[in-house]
Amino acid sequence: MREGNAPSVVVRDLHKTYGNVEAVRGLSFEVAPGECFGLLGPNGAGKTTTIEILEGLLAPTGGEVVVLGRRWGRDDQAIRERMGVCLQQTVLSEKLLVDETVELFRSFYRRGRAAEAVIREVELTEKARARVGTLSGGQKQRLAVACALVGDPELIFLDEPTTGLDPQSRRQVWDIVNAFKAGGQTVLLTTHYMDEAERLCDRVAIVDHGRVIAEGSPMHLMTSLGGEHVVEIAVREDGAGPLTASAMEGLPGVRAAHAEAGRVVLTVTEPHVAVPAVLERLRAGGWALSGLSTRHASLEDVFVSLTGRHLRDE
Amino acid sequence: MSEPSRARGPAHSTDGREYTRLDAFRALCLARFRESYREPEVLFWGFVFPIMLSVGLSIAFRNRPAETLPLAVVAGARAEPTAAVLRAAPLLRAEVMEEEAAVRALALGKVALVVAPRADGALEYRLDPSRSESAVARARADDALQRAAGRRDPLVNTVAEVREPGGRYIDFLIPGIVGMNLMSGGMWGVGFNLVDMRIKRLLKRLVAAPMRRPDFLAAHLTMRLVSMVIEVSFMLGFGHLAFGVPVRGGLASVFAVGALGALCFGGLGLLVGSRARRMETVTGLMNVVMMPMFVLSGIFFSADRFPQVLQPLIRLLPLTALNDAMRAVVLEGARLSALSSSLAVLVIWTLLSFTVGLKLFRWS
Ligand SMILES: Nc1ncnc2c1ncn2[C@@H]1O[C@H](COP(=O)(O)OP(=O)(O)OP(=O)(O)O)[C@@H](O)[C@H]1O
Ligand SMILES: [Mg+2]
Repeated sequence: MREGNAPSVVVRDLHKTYGNVEAVRGLSFEVAPGECFGLLGPNGAGKTTTIEILEGLLAPTGGEVVVLGRRWGRDDQAIRERMGVCLQQTVLSEKLLVDETVELFRSFYRRGRAAEAVIREVELTEKARARVGTLSGGQKQRLAVACALVGDPELIFLDEPTTGLDPQSRRQVWDIVNAFKAGGQTVLLTTHYMDEAERLCDRVAIVDHGRVIAEGSPMHLMTSLGGEHVVEIAVREDGAGPLTASAMEGLPGVRAAHAEAGRVVLTVTEPHVAVPAVLERLRAGGWALSGLSTRHASLEDVFVSLTGRHLRDE
Repeated sequence: MSEPSRARGPAHSTDGREYTRLDAFRALCLARFRESYREPEVLFWGFVFPIMLSVGLSIAFRNRPAETLPLAVVAGARAEPTAAVLRAAPLLRAEVMEEEAAVRALALGKVALVVAPRADGALEYRLDPSRSESAVARARADDALQRAAGRRDPLVNTVAEVREPGGRYIDFLIPGIVGMNLMSGGMWGVGFNLVDMRIKRLLKRLVAAPMRRPDFLAAHLTMRLVSMVIEVSFMLGFGHLAFGVPVRGGLASVFAVGALGALCFGGLGLLVGSRARRMETVTGLMNVVMMPMFVLSGIFFSADRFPQVLQPLIRLLPLTALNDAMRAVVLEGARLSALSSSLAVLVIWTLLSFTVGLKLFRWS
């Protein structure tokens, strides 16, 4: 039984080992009802392992998991009736039609939504009578999301819902997730796209090597860097030699600086104060500016500042 | 248990229907049926291939009218009169040859028999005792020559010709093909299919929904039974219309044997596909299971042809049991009670494979 504001998902000190691989090592977080929570992390961080434990598909090695107020192993059927799942990769049956597939998934739930309405919501109405095998990658992914939604779940799990999709398809999936959130339901998703987390998630946990290394709202995490803006500068090689991060430290408005691939990246609170000071310092030191850009800080910057690595190493 | 109140927009209203476990089972059966009959391979291997096979084999092994056999008469003084008698005899074709040529023709199989008439009137037959047509040619030639020399047969005899369906090769073949189809249908339709779904992570996706796992497997087997009725009716119907193959047993018995066969090979398919996560593994296992039965279990020729020492083993193979039972029902109109040993073999294999297969089964 759930009381008013009991969390939809509770994860405490979760551990999972495969042989001698420690995929998850002491992960904890909670997701409140109606919240969209993101697990953000690089390849192999343990996101899929964590979400599949929450979905009841894998058994944890240690720790505690509560989903919708219930525990796996006791109330499996009751949890499954109320959750929707979109796995990292699923190939749905190629020979079935789109509407047949959604209707099949509908039939598993006692109560749910009309297949037709869900198909309309994921904008596949035109393809309702097409074979799944003939759909494009983006359409297949929207169909997978439709199968997660058709049981009218209180909570959906989306494991990398947009990985490998083109920008337009990604935006379509985001719209579907946002519409679902607007209905008051809970979403737990994983991603390695920062922009996706920023757009969809109320809160994110940044996961690396099976642990949460930072948690909070995207805005909170970005401001915790000490600045909301990032200024990147590059100098010409024929000037006064390579630019060092230390040369930029202590300037007004600059909270942090680090060198990266021939550039210096500054975390900045007020660009209109910091940028003139930076230019002045460059002129004084004899460096010739070859590039300057400013942008809002992103979760990517958070990840880099926490781990010294980028999320995606391509 | 109180339903939590949920705020939702108009798009999120339920469809107002309450689905039962039976609805889900029906939907699973329907999906399975659609998947299999939309697969061109299933239609080919289930329907086209058996027809091609039975037509092809019925042509190759058609019951021919008695064949005219060629023989050589060794040149010499008595060669021509001897050859004249043999030419006049039915179903023999005689040619006079030099001794050397005649021996070579026999060795090459161009003639079935060499007749060497000696000067004293005695006859010498040269033949290869391992060739059945040589023995037939010797009997015919000897008959003709002895009668020409004045033999009188003491017994009067007449010949009545009987041509009844049921004893021809095609009659033997069609029930065998039915059995073969039930075997490959179960192995591919259940075993291979489950592994395919496991590799695509579709099994995992299904068990993440509140789908009842036993119902999913039951739907697979139910659809095997439905396919069995379709395939068995089709094959026996085709045999009957195209070749006049009789169906002497009651349809209830035919389908009862078919159902047991379909369940047995569905179970073996489940067992073979219970754990594999790679296509190569499951196809390899399927070959290991099916190959011996293709050869030993009497699809194309009777299993009785194998040596006596192998017989107890061959009789324990599920396909042998199925073929024996199916032939007995179709060709002899046998009652199920007369087939207890074959049916027992099938039941044991069925129970064994389900018990082990379900224990080993993995969903991801
Ligand atoms: N079945 C398995 N057997 C052995 N090791 C596994 C298994 N599944 C995952 N791992 C390992 O566990 C670690 C975490 O994997 P997981 O799939 O949870 O990562 P992820 O964060 O989802 O990565 P990605 O972004 O690539 O999907 C990896 O090192 C992976 O190699
Ligand atoms: Mg993953």
